[in-house]
Amino acid sequence: MTENVVILGGGTGGTLTANRLRKQFSRGELAITVVDQDREHVYQPGLLFLPFGLAHGEDLIRPRHRQLKKGIDFVESDIDRVDVDGHRVVLAGGRELPYDVLVIATGARLVPDETDGLTGPGWMEKVFTFYDLPGATGLEQALRDFQGGRIVVNVVDMPIKCPVAPLEFCFLADWYFHERGIRDRVQLTLVTPLDAAFTKPRAASMLGGMLEDKGVELVTEFNTGEVDGSAGKLVGFDEREVPFDLAVVIPVHSGAEYVGRSPGLGDALDFVETDPHTLQSKVAPEIFAIGDAANLPASKAGSVSHFEGEVLVENITRFLRGEPLDASFDGHANCFIETGFDKALLIDFNYEQEPVEGHYPGPVGLPLLKESRLNHLGKLMFQWFYWHSLLPGRDIPGVGADMPRAGKHID
Amino acid sequence: MTTATIAGSQVELNDEGFFEDPEQWTEDMVPELAANEDIHELDDKHWQVIRFMRQEYFANGTGPTVRALGKTSGVSVKELYQLFPKGPAKIAARIAGIPKPKGCI
Ligand SMILES: Cc1cc2nc3c(=O)[nH]c(=O)nc-3n(C[C@H](O)[C@H](O)[C@H](O)COP(=O)(O)OP(=O)(O)OC[C@H]3O[C@@H](n4cnc5c(N)ncnc54)[C@H](O)[C@@H]3O)c2cc1C
Repeated sequence: MTENVVILGGGTGGTLTANRLRKQFSRGELAITVVDQDREHVYQPGLLFLPFGLAHGEDLIRPRHRQLKKGIDFVESDIDRVDVDGHRVVLAGGRELPYDVLVIATGARLVPDETDGLTGPGWMEKVFTFYDLPGATGLEQALRDFQGGRIVVNVVDMPIKCPVAPLEFCFLADWYFHERGIRDRVQLTLVTPLDAAFTKPRAASMLGGMLEDKGVELVTEFNTGEVDGSAGKLVGFDEREVPFDLAVVIPVHSGAEYVGRSPGLGDALDFVETDPHTLQSKVAPEIFAIGDAANLPASKAGSVSHFEGEVLVENITRFLRGEPLDASFDGHANCFIETGFDKALLIDFNYEQEPVEGHYPGPVGLPLLKESRLNHLGKLMFQWFYWHSLLPGRDIPGVGADMPRAGKHID
Repeated sequence: MTTATIAGSQVELNDEGFFEDPEQWTEDMVPELAANEDIHELDDKHWQVIRFMRQEYFANGTGPTVRALGKTSGVSVKELYQLFPKGPAKIAARIAGIPKPKGCI
């Protein structure tokens, strides 16, 4: 009998899961349907480079359905809700998709409206985000026109996608204004709700030191209550104020709205309640989640979706065969941090192990938590790897889902 | 870890002043715990948040973040900061006798 797998979201996690499943099961065994609200797959890590003229919008987009292997159905539609008890998805137009296994891969959604004033006066004029394509494109022009003054980069609240991206933005802005010869006329400030530059202590102290070296001011434990575009200031809930001429804001993130309309599926922020090791949802055994949509204590990053993919497909296979799930995800994340001037850092970590120094993936490899040109090339290579290896669901020889310990300087 | 006497009972607190064992907490400790955080008058909203924090902790194993609190406790984020000016999630967790919420780092 043919069983139905429905995958909600055709971004990083949804695409790689569909392709991995297609390789594993024949069409007679498994019908695979991917649902997405639009047809354009954006390479999101490229959005960081766009404001600095280092990438172009059209080069970051490819047709969604073309990233899916033959024998995978693609449906373009918004989603109304998941009928958990009825084992079916109700699409926005009323069409229903029954499933034997459901994979939620609808990522994280930017919610700028949740912050007072953010989308008010000045939005897309002196207040931007680079977290989506229109924002990053608008910001490119604004940076080009910028002749001097205060730029603040503000993370409103965690969790956010790619938590190192705001830091990378600061490093690249430092480089960019150096290149333009006006760095001395630009004040850069990173304003974060965290108590340090990053969430993990060892990397936070290293990255905090780099901000200082590059003359980027760091304002910590700032909870943004309002972005006042007309007056040009961030106002904290504790009434502290940070003035700006140009604000680069990372809005709060939530899960997809249909998750909230599906009782029991999501948490208060509409992220799917998920077992951190098996990736099975807490609400029903046949529902799984991958990527940014899951409420795991892991980074919301493409590399994480990649490592999860291997475990997820193994567990779906076991589930379909009626076997107990035992494949286990360890929270493995691997992120290049662009630091400007053609250099980058690399961090590699999981639920338990914070980023430390050493080499990846083994004693011989890319340097960890250390600036190098090699890592910068790695960051650039990631785009090729994304389209040609990660999305098609290929494993990379020598790089497994579990975080490697060899090569790391672990106390 | 330190031992403190709150409302006449001995409780264990960690280095950041959070309860080691939420079961050691009782409601009559609240005025004194709040006073330690510079909150000298407790109204119904304070109590609503404190009770909600404990309920969430026992249901989920961690207290909620400020944003989640704003969405689910019936008290808006703005009001939460008026009630607990130095950081709602952290301060309310200390007064409610639960560990530091995992989301607030
Ligand atoms: C600026 C920036 C820089 C980044 N840099 C890096 C990096 O350097 N390295 C790295 O590993 N990661 C990086 N990331 C993070 C990475 O892009 C994401 O973590 C990754 O894409 C997550 O995959 P996903 O499948 O969970 O979500 P996505 O790839 O975002 O896919 C979600 C899909 O669901 C669809 N969808 C959502 N809601 C609905 C709905 N209601 N109905 C139908 N369809 C819906 C969306 O259209 C989308 O296609 C970056 C992200 C940003 C924003």
